[in-house]
Parts: sequence; structure tokens; C-alpha cells
Amino acid sequence: MNELAEAVPWLGSRNPKAARAFVLALMLIAPLIAVMAGNTWVRILDFALLYVMLALGLNLVVGFAGLLDLGYIAFYAVGAYTWAFLASPHFGLHLPFWMVLPLGAFFAAIAGLILGAPVLRLRGDYLAIVTLGFGEIVRIFMNNLNHPINITNGPQGINMLDSLHLFGWDISRNLQITESFRINSLVLYYYVFLLFVVGSVYVIRRLQVSRIGRGWAAIRDDELAAKAIGINTRNMKLLAFSMGATFGGVAGGLFGAFQGFVSPESFSLMESIAVLTMVVFGGMGNLGGVIVGAVALSLLPELLRSFALPVQEAIFGHVLLDPEVLRMLLLSLAMILMMLLRPAGLLPAHARYSKPELATAGKGKA
Amino acid sequence: MSITLLEAKNVGKRFGGLTALSDVSLTINKGEIYGLIGPNGAGKTTFFNVLTGAYTPNSGEFVFAGSALPYGKPHEIVACGIARTFQNIRLFREMTALENVMTGHHLRSNSTLWGILAQNRHARDEERLITERAYEMLRYVGIERHATTLARNLSYGDQRRLEIARALATEPQLLSLDEPAAGMNATETAQLRELISTIRNDGVTVLLIEHDVKLVMGLCDRVAVLNFGRKIAEDVPAVVQKNHEVIEAYLGSSHAH
Repeated sequence: MNELAEAVPWLGSRNPKAARAFVLALMLIAPLIAVMAGNTWVRILDFALLYVMLALGLNLVVGFAGLLDLGYIAFYAVGAYTWAFLASPHFGLHLPFWMVLPLGAFFAAIAGLILGAPVLRLRGDYLAIVTLGFGEIVRIFMNNLNHPINITNGPQGINMLDSLHLFGWDISRNLQITESFRINSLVLYYYVFLLFVVGSVYVIRRLQVSRIGRGWAAIRDDELAAKAIGINTRNMKLLAFSMGATFGGVAGGLFGAFQGFVSPESFSLMESIAVLTMVVFGGMGNLGGVIVGAVALSLLPELLRSFALPVQEAIFGHVLLDPEVLRMLLLSLAMILMMLLRPAGLLPAHARYSKPELATAGKGKA
Repeated sequence: MSITLLEAKNVGKRFGGLTALSDVSLTINKGEIYGLIGPNGAGKTTFFNVLTGAYTPNSGEFVFAGSALPYGKPHEIVACGIARTFQNIRLFREMTALENVMTGHHLRSNSTLWGILAQNRHARDEERLITERAYEMLRYVGIERHATTLARNLSYGDQRRLEIARALATEPQLLSLDEPAAGMNATETAQLRELISTIRNDGVTVLLIEHDVKLVMGLCDRVAVLNFGRKIAEDVPAVVQKNHEVIEAYLGSSHAH
């Protein structure tokens, strides 16, 4: 929150309070503005928030503990498929969200441990390759586990997933308040996702300023020195993998509920890379940066896409470049510019792992 | 009669065909500053790495405070009470000086994941205590004013001090320093010397590996000399200085006569 406020151009450094209020207001009214431009835009905002959650979780692994993970989307898949198995007609189970989401998070955490255990000794490039393979293995499993016993329904995916029922209230229906005034369900989803994002930030904040967060940062900065001051690097790495995966699992469950449909193609390598790009783009290790990166990289391509089609038609008379191609092009272009101009990310501000103000009592006496 | 804190028993380490340490036995008494010197390649750093768990020895063992040390598990050895610093300073560069020392408290703190997530009383109290202790430790080594500076932005001498502070934060009985005076000027070395004496006077035994013979001879209570992986002398500095084998090792054979 504070990092986000500082990032507001001009206002951030001059009047932090106003900047904070501005960010808060923007978060709250964003869907109401978007709904005027059409439901598509609210949907894009909803997805942006899911990406924020994913980026926050991946940041825990990559930004804090320094473990490059190219298969992160696998945990998203685990969460989404958990929702699909436990809350859809596929197996005829319709468990409530407060059981399915924690279970999805739990299974994702287990998957995180399964990935973490064999790669404890790997670093850098080697780690990236193994995690990449892990992500693909999970996707291919989802793709092929329809035979001999149909578990995942293969490439067709599972549809008619239960939507999010918050204690009997179905938020996938528009909320009719009066005859003429109703709240769009996409807007409702936005606020629910926002709550989850705020919750995640809260949790990660607490972890960051604790012996665990400092342990992760120590492993990232110098693993040998971390061992030499008594940090059990094995346990801390496993914890980083499974905690990061938990966020992916929760986001995956929400994705399943929101989309109502899951199939393996939503969990391709490109998605892993997209999330990683968001983390790097915004500023690794910095929560505010990661959030800005995720929002920017999920909104910008859509914005440009909505301009690209009419512009191309106006100039050439027909569409030359498919919007999907354009999206990848723009992402890569954004990355290249970023690395040239701001190699540490949009908001490279130093991340805090302590609260020095806690010791103000002790600081004075000499 | 002094109490033995650390006893190395016939420690040997080979790298392929190269014998880096052979049959090194020495004892470090509680409360002393023990120097380990020797020419380049004599096996000082290897000894150090075997002791702190970075390497596993091929033979022999270490007995620390009455019980055998585990092999090859640096974090367990720190837990036993042996802290170390590195010859080429290894700090957590992206953390502040304060956070570096707080990380040193990791071992002696025990808030659980759930405690931290719930911010229960224990986790909050512990966090406050760690912050205060870390400030005290920075003050102890004399770099409190840099508490919120990133470690990588500290001056060389201050980085050395910070590394010592971080090692002390693990509450060791034996502090092992690997060439702490390397790259320091005369003033910095003098300050370091003072700091090491203070640490000893506060009850921590110090193992000092050093190139700077003057520093070692002036500071240490007892000194061992390694040459080609063997211990060639172990005694008080004044005696070691007159030892023929030692002079030979340092200056060549013609000077020994």
C-alpha cells in the first residue's frame, strides 16, 4: 500500500497521505469506470487481479527467496482443477468454497513441496529448466488423464464449474437492489478478488518482516553465508516453494469459479512466463512493484489491442496482425525497453525486512 | 588449568591426490584468542572449512564442549556454538546492516509460521527483542549509525565489522575469523584488534586465522603454525617466533641457521 502510494507520479513524494487515498479510491472505483466501457473491461480487471495474486505468490519464490521458477502456473492449475473436481458435475461433488479453496491451496502447497524437494541443490539456470519441466509435466498430466480412467476429461477440460457462493449468495448473478439499479456480477467478482489480493498482501507483509522473510532474503543474497549463520536452507527453500504455491492454488480456485471452465491450455508455459514477466517488470521483491507490474501487463496489451484493430483497419483497410500475436510482441517489447531503461523494474525501491521503529526505545541509550 | 573448548583430533582432508591437511591435532581453551598462521597454501582455510562444516574431513574428528561435532552441516555446527566470518566478506547485500544482524538471530529465535501469520504475542515480542538486540550488537561493533544503510553500501571496514556482528548474533561460544584484517589499513587493523580483545573479554573464545603475523603475535594467547597441511608448532607467540621450523617455513631454510 505504501509502496503503491509512493509510486503515484508527482503526488507520491509530495503528499503521501493524498497519494494513499488516491490509490485506495482508484482500487474501489476502477470497476465502476470500467463497466461504463463495457463488461469486457470489467472482466479484464478481474483477470488483472488474479494475475496480481499469481505475481504476488511467484514473487515470494523468485523475489524473496531468489529461486527462479518457470513452472509456477502448475500451482494455478492444481488450484483450478481442485475446484473443478470438488465443485462441478464432473464427479457430482458440489462442496462449498470455504472447503474447496483451502483444499486447493493445500494441494498446491503439496505440489510445491514435490517440486521443491528434488531441486534443493539447483540454482539459477538449472533450477529454471527443472521447474519449467515440472510445469509442463502438470499440464501434460491434465491433458492425458482421461484414459484409462477419466479424471481430468483431457483436452476438452471440465465445464459447468460451480460459481462462487459466499454463504448461500451466488455472486455470479447480478445483484438486483432496486427495480432499476443492479450490480453487475463481474463487478461483484472484482470486489471479492480485491479482498483476496488485500489478504494476500497482508499475509506476505507479515512473512516478509519476520525471521522467515529474512531467512529467504539471506538465501537469495548469499546461500553459503546463510548456512554459516545457522539457517536451515533446505527447510526455508521448501517453505518458500510451498508458500508461493499456496497463493497460486487460491488464485487457481478463484479462476475456476470465475471462468466456470478449466482446460489444460489455460496453463501453458507462456502463462508461467507472463507471470514471471510481471514480477520482473514491476520490480522483483517489491510488493508495490509486483502489483503495478501485474496490473500494467494485464491491462496494457488489452488497451493496445482495442486500439490496434480499429487503427489497422483504418490504415490498411484490413487486419494485418492478429491481436494475440501483437500481445506477445508488445510484452517482449516492454521487457526489452524495461531492461534497457530500468533494469531493476518499474519500482525498484528497497524492500524492508525489519521494522527499525520497533527499537526506538533501545536506540537512544548508549 | 584452563578448560578445553575445542579439540581437533588427527583431522585430515584430501582433495584427490592433494593432501591439504594431515593429522592436525590442536586444542583451543575456553576464553583465549587462538591464532592459526602459516604461509600461503598451508591449509589454514581448509582447516577452517572442515571445522565449520563446509567440507567433510577424510579422517579425524572435532570435539566441541565435550561432544563430537557433526560433519558437513554448517547450520548444525553454528547451532552447536561455532560462528564464522569469511575471508572475502559475504554479507546479505540487499539488506540493511540492521537486517543482516537480525538475520543472524534466525537460529536463536523460534516463532513458527503460524505464529508469524497470526502475529501472536510470542512472534511480536520476539520481533521487537530481535530488533533491539540487533541494535545493541551494531553499537557493540561500533556501526550503529549505519543501521539502516544497505550492507553493500557500507565501507570495507564497516562491512567487516558487520560480518562479525552478524556472527556474534548467533550467540557463539567460539568465534572463528578468517583473515579479518585482510585489506585493512593500519588504523582499521588497530580498531579491529581492539574489537577482538573486547569480544574475548566478554567471554567468547576467538579462533583467528591471519596472514598479518604482527597482529597475531600481538593479540593471540597461543598460536599454531601450519605448513603443507601439518602442524609444525603450537605454543605462546614468543616461543613460536623462535621456532626454527617456523622461521624456515616463512623465510626459507638459509635463514634458520
